[in-house]
Amino acid sequence: MKTPTKLIALIVTLLACAFLLIPIIQSVQAGLTVNYFRGLSSGLTLKWVGEVWELYSGSIFLSIRLALACLAVTLILGVPAAYALARNPGRASRVLEEFTSLPLAIPGLALALALLQLYGTYQGFRTNWSFILVGHVLYTLPFMVRSVLSVLATIDLRSLEEGAASLGARPARRFVDIVVPNALPGILAGALTVVTLSIGEFNLTWMLHTPYLKTLPVGLADSYASMRLEVASAYTLVFFVMIVPLLMAMQWASARAQRNMQ
Amino acid sequence: MTLTLTNIAKTFPGGTQALLPTDLEIARGEIVSLLGPSGCGKSTLLRIVAGLEAPDPGAQIRFDGEDVTRQPVEQRRIGMVFQSYALFPNMSVRGNIGYGLKMQKLTKAEVDVRVEEVIALCRLEPYAERPITALSGGQRQRVALARAIAPRPRVLLLDEPLSALDAALRGELRDELAMLLRRFGTTAIFVTHDQNEAMAIADRVAVMNQGQVVQIGTPEALYRKPATGFVARFVGDAMRLQGRVEADQLHLDGGSLPLVGAAEGHATYARAEDIRLNAEGPVAARVETVTFLGTHYRIALSGAAPGPLFALHSGLSAPQPGETVRLSIAPEAILILPEDEVV
Ligand SMILES: Nc1ncnc2c1ncn2[C@@H]1O[C@H](COP(=O)(O)OP(=O)(O)OP(=O)(O)O)[C@@H](O)[C@H]1O
Ligand SMILES: [Mg+2]
Repeated sequence: MKTPTKLIALIVTLLACAFLLIPIIQSVQAGLTVNYFRGLSSGLTLKWVGEVWELYSGSIFLSIRLALACLAVTLILGVPAAYALARNPGRASRVLEEFTSLPLAIPGLALALALLQLYGTYQGFRTNWSFILVGHVLYTLPFMVRSVLSVLATIDLRSLEEGAASLGARPARRFVDIVVPNALPGILAGALTVVTLSIGEFNLTWMLHTPYLKTLPVGLADSYASMRLEVASAYTLVFFVMIVPLLMAMQWASARAQRNMQ
Repeated sequence: MTLTLTNIAKTFPGGTQALLPTDLEIARGEIVSLLGPSGCGKSTLLRIVAGLEAPDPGAQIRFDGEDVTRQPVEQRRIGMVFQSYALFPNMSVRGNIGYGLKMQKLTKAEVDVRVEEVIALCRLEPYAERPITALSGGQRQRVALARAIAPRPRVLLLDEPLSALDAALRGELRDELAMLLRRFGTTAIFVTHDQNEAMAIADRVAVMNQGQVVQIGTPEALYRKPATGFVARFVGDAMRLQGRVEADQLHLDGGSLPLVGAAEGHATYARAEDIRLNAEGPVAARVETVTFLGTHYRIALSGAAPGPLFALHSGLSAPQPGETVRLSIAPEAILILPEDEVV
């Protein structure tokens, strides 16, 4: 009785995996073959990967720089904001919390248009990478705030802080010694989410980019549009190599945060 | 340290008057318990002394004469044990105990020595390296106490430190806490709603009700000479003897009892241990239930007064439920107190 059901479950799982994995494998393979249309028989090569590096290494570094800067800004803004929201539970806080999630509900394109309308005329800013950074921060900040807030909500922050205060710790000390370490799982999970989202963000970035400011996904679109398929596929490969470890770390961190809450 | 509280009151933003103007003086090394029912303002008073809550204008808190009313909590050099313990989950037992010492900018070596001392005093050696999450309730309670006492605070404030423990452990730790507090020699305020805890631990007990200190005195004084019916009921479970007072007689439904002194316009109370089953007693009552408690029986009686009365009866046998018995109460054991507001 049990074996046939199990067998069916296994087959379904394998089919689902194949459905997801085959295009990826194909794309990776395309990036590594000499000529995609002649197939594997044409031989394997790293030439296309090399070409991607030559053409788009600027995009790779820009994306990394953006992601790290975005992380720094969301940490500096997001952690204290989450702390303030957690410490002042009330109507106003709930409204503010909803406000921070607003950028999630608005399409990236709309957000980008708003930014362009507001700041597009400041030439120095418009053509600087920090313009894209502003977009990324707007988009990723809610994730950081929510992640930290969800961990802080599970601990009796007020009592812990009162405990530290009674032992002589000033507010800044309490934040560093008590709030941050206890929020760490949430900060970590939030940080990985922010970096991953920033590296992968396309909608908003595509609207904001200039020919000299192309991030990784924008470059990818560009390569599919204007390069031969092998180069574009090699690009996908590079993208994977960067994003998959991040995704795995994110899984691990949120699992850790979850465990911490119990 | 001598603690002087003058005109301490607290009105919360919502308009709740948690504390009416209160004065209290606590001598150096004295342990005072704030005892009262839930919501009477005990925690509020304690938190005002700690600096965790600001009193209404006009209040003054002095530590050894020094006015600390406007000092924030971190400058008051107090030690506090919270009901929830509030131990830092990101630090070990040792880390928690050393935290206050680190805030005092002692050197690492000094901190270590003092932490070791306190760990030994509170018998926490086997747990010193453990994370907080790996401790039982009783162990956490001791860590919370050790953490509060390690920086040698001027006053130790404890808010229902035993209430998170189960009954058996609570009794055990109550005696241990009483001993430790005596050994520290620190001035201490101990909040509880359990009269036995207050009696076991405190030198003096301040009985609170509805935002006011109704009476303050040694456990014995409160027991023997309660100032109001509330205190008599709360300390030692005195029962109201509702009847008619006439000259030096108290007329109850089941008979009349002699009184010492005039009691007209007053309320009369007695405690279970003072109500005697006595074949020649002047008051008749009906036995409702009998509970055997090992050293004695606890007998619920009806018919003598409007409310139920309880008598503690020691002896080898007890009357059966349904029987009619006679009672006596020694005249000097009947408490004659001013008529309460609302019972
Ligand atoms: N932050 C607050 N805001 C408004 N009202 C409060 C606040 N804290 C306490 N109160 C009110 O003040 C009164 C006294 O509270 P307090 O906590 O001092 O009581 P307590 O004697 O410690 O009671 P318990 O034994 O239940 O801890 C209560 O009526 C309570 O509802
Ligand atoms: Mg309380």
